[in-house]
Amino acid sequence: MGNPTARKTGTARRKEAIDARSHSEAAFAKAAEYIDRKPLVSNKRPLSWITDHVCRIVEQPAPLWWWIATVFFGAVAALTPAMLTYLVATGVGVWGLNVPVCWAWDITNFVFWIGIGHAGTLISAILFLTRQKWRTSINRSAEAMTIFAVICAGIFPAFHVGRIWFAWFLFPIPNANAIWQNFRSPLLWDVFAVSTYFTVSLIFWYLGLIPDLASLRDRATTRLRQMVYGLLSLGWRGSNRQWTHYEKAYLILAGISTPLVLSVHSVVSFDFATSIVPGWHTTIFPPYFVAGAIFGGFAMVLTLLIPFRELYGLHDLVTDKHIDNMCKITLLTGSLVGYAYSMEFFIAWYSGNPYEIYAFMNRAFGPYWWAYWAMITCNVIAPQLFWFKYCRQNPWVVLALVMFPNTGMWFERFVIIVTSIHRDFLPSSWGYFSPTWVDITLFIGTIGLFVFLFLLFVRFLPMITMFEVKNVTPEADPHHHGEHDSHGHASRPAPAKAHA
Amino acid sequence: MSRPESTLHGLGAEFPSAASLMHAAEKVRDSGFRKWDVYSPFPIHGMDAAMGFQRSRVSLFSLLGGITGLTSAFVLIYYTSALNYPLIVQGKPYFALEPSMPIFFELTVLLTAFGTIIGLLLLTLMPRLHHPVFNWDRFKRVSDDGFFLVLEAGDPRFEKGASRRFLEELGGSHITEIYQDPDPFPHPARPEAKGHA
Repeated sequence: MGNPTARKTGTARRKEAIDARSHSEAAFAKAAEYIDRKPLVSNKRPLSWITDHVCRIVEQPAPLWWWIATVFFGAVAALTPAMLTYLVATGVGVWGLNVPVCWAWDITNFVFWIGIGHAGTLISAILFLTRQKWRTSINRSAEAMTIFAVICAGIFPAFHVGRIWFAWFLFPIPNANAIWQNFRSPLLWDVFAVSTYFTVSLIFWYLGLIPDLASLRDRATTRLRQMVYGLLSLGWRGSNRQWTHYEKAYLILAGISTPLVLSVHSVVSFDFATSIVPGWHTTIFPPYFVAGAIFGGFAMVLTLLIPFRELYGLHDLVTDKHIDNMCKITLLTGSLVGYAYSMEFFIAWYSGNPYEIYAFMNRAFGPYWWAYWAMITCNVIAPQLFWFKYCRQNPWVVLALVMFPNTGMWFERFVIIVTSIHRDFLPSSWGYFSPTWVDITLFIGTIGLFVFLFLLFVRFLPMITMFEVKNVTPEADPHHHGEHDSHGHASRPAPAKAHA
Repeated sequence: MSRPESTLHGLGAEFPSAASLMHAAEKVRDSGFRKWDVYSPFPIHGMDAAMGFQRSRVSLFSLLGGITGLTSAFVLIYYTSALNYPLIVQGKPYFALEPSMPIFFELTVLLTAFGTIIGLLLLTLMPRLHHPVFNWDRFKRVSDDGFFLVLEAGDPRFEKGASRRFLEELGGSHITEIYQDPDPFPHPARPEAKGHA
């Protein structure tokens, strides 16, 4: 029995605290009735509806379009290993890069893909810490997108080193030369930043998957499914003795992922900013790169989610409100990027440095003027249409509009990288970079790889975080007394799979 | 059919909602039970207080991971750049704090993440692929929309009859005896309830 009096007082105090909280929450609930705030799950769907609608994507036979898309993008993805094999077997000369443009499509593609990933971590970590409940139905697919984008990104610098069989020199492994990595080099920081980012994103993603994998395990109808999802869910049983540690672990991972996501693209930008090349050597780069990454990442989240929400009928979970919010973030970060572009120009002029001024004039009016103005059109002008409610509310308009940032962010990296170095300090070493068919095919291959991995993901893993979505429904509120007794299991729609 | 008492894991009860489960948990806590647990499809806000839990100690493991990460980053950079093979590159010092910051940060984050996940697995005793509660066929709904409370037979306050009445008073339904071994006579309509991966 221990010490009953001591326990009682503690309990009583706790009870009081809970009572006080429930009163204030009741007041909030009352106020909420007067405020027209759209629910995060439309049509008052019950908990079992959420489980059923998400799990059946994985459980039912794949629709025809999935097979067609998977075979198609799988074939496109196969171009990646094909081109890499060709590259390694033939030599680095098959890529178009050469002095003075030694960083070209490969590094452009690397920065492009790594930037795409940022929206996933932003949604899963920063929006979690800021208690943005609308993140719950989009975070799983956005995190998956992060991981696949980082996979695509990693390919490029790995092969950019030229002799890929020496890529392990990037890691501090004792070797026969007895020489170590240069820890003062931003390129090495990049190795650590990107590999940490990938690992932590993967851990965070998997942690979020555990309770949902348990749902798939508990619904499994075949032995194989039960074993695979059973193993992957680590025997999760939803006990509160597990949840209490789980929530803490999730919070800590969100806490460390927040500075991590901001650091990754900052470190990527150091690759440029710590050099002395005009056009690269600017202090605005870290925040500018991070804003651009979030901008491009949200555009990609929208690009993927809008079609999948249509195809799987997830309108009640990924509501118009979610799309609206993401459009607003795209508008905000697009405007930040636009500000950064103009500030770069201003600083170039204000510096009074003729090389700096020349680098920027050359960007806008030199031989790569078309890339610069494509970037401005796509990143600065197009997203401004999101000021209009009509453009944010119509998913097909949104889908059309986010294609601009998707393209524009690639051009941004191309402009930063290629236009800054194609005209060196000495006119004798000026050049003009054009990609070869290998450059182009490899990039197309990674787009195929990205979509292919995403298609596999939606097929085999729950694409919406069920337990978190359930947690934002009114039923999840422990002070929700509305239909306290009537909402038992009698009212539960019995054969859950009927409405297939 | 009666089954040996020694293999009894506990008594399980089902509750209709998160709110009712939390009220029941508060009463079980106040009754002095130690070995018991509630099960829900999502973490219920306030349930830790309702069960009388202290703060989770996962953060301790995260801190240990973070300290290990920062220390190993320092040792790695200092040993390789300043002790083992000092090499002048671009006239910069062998070791300085400023260029070391990114790697200090990244390795701290990486090992904090490892510490957190290791702490979580240790504290929740995962992976544990089998557990007696999985022998209860209604329990499958825990990852869907079921709310359960299990009083374990290992608790000194546990007494089959009295505990069953206690669960009834709390408002639990489908009160079931849960055994360590799978039910030898499962419901014929649900063969998959037999075992668990």
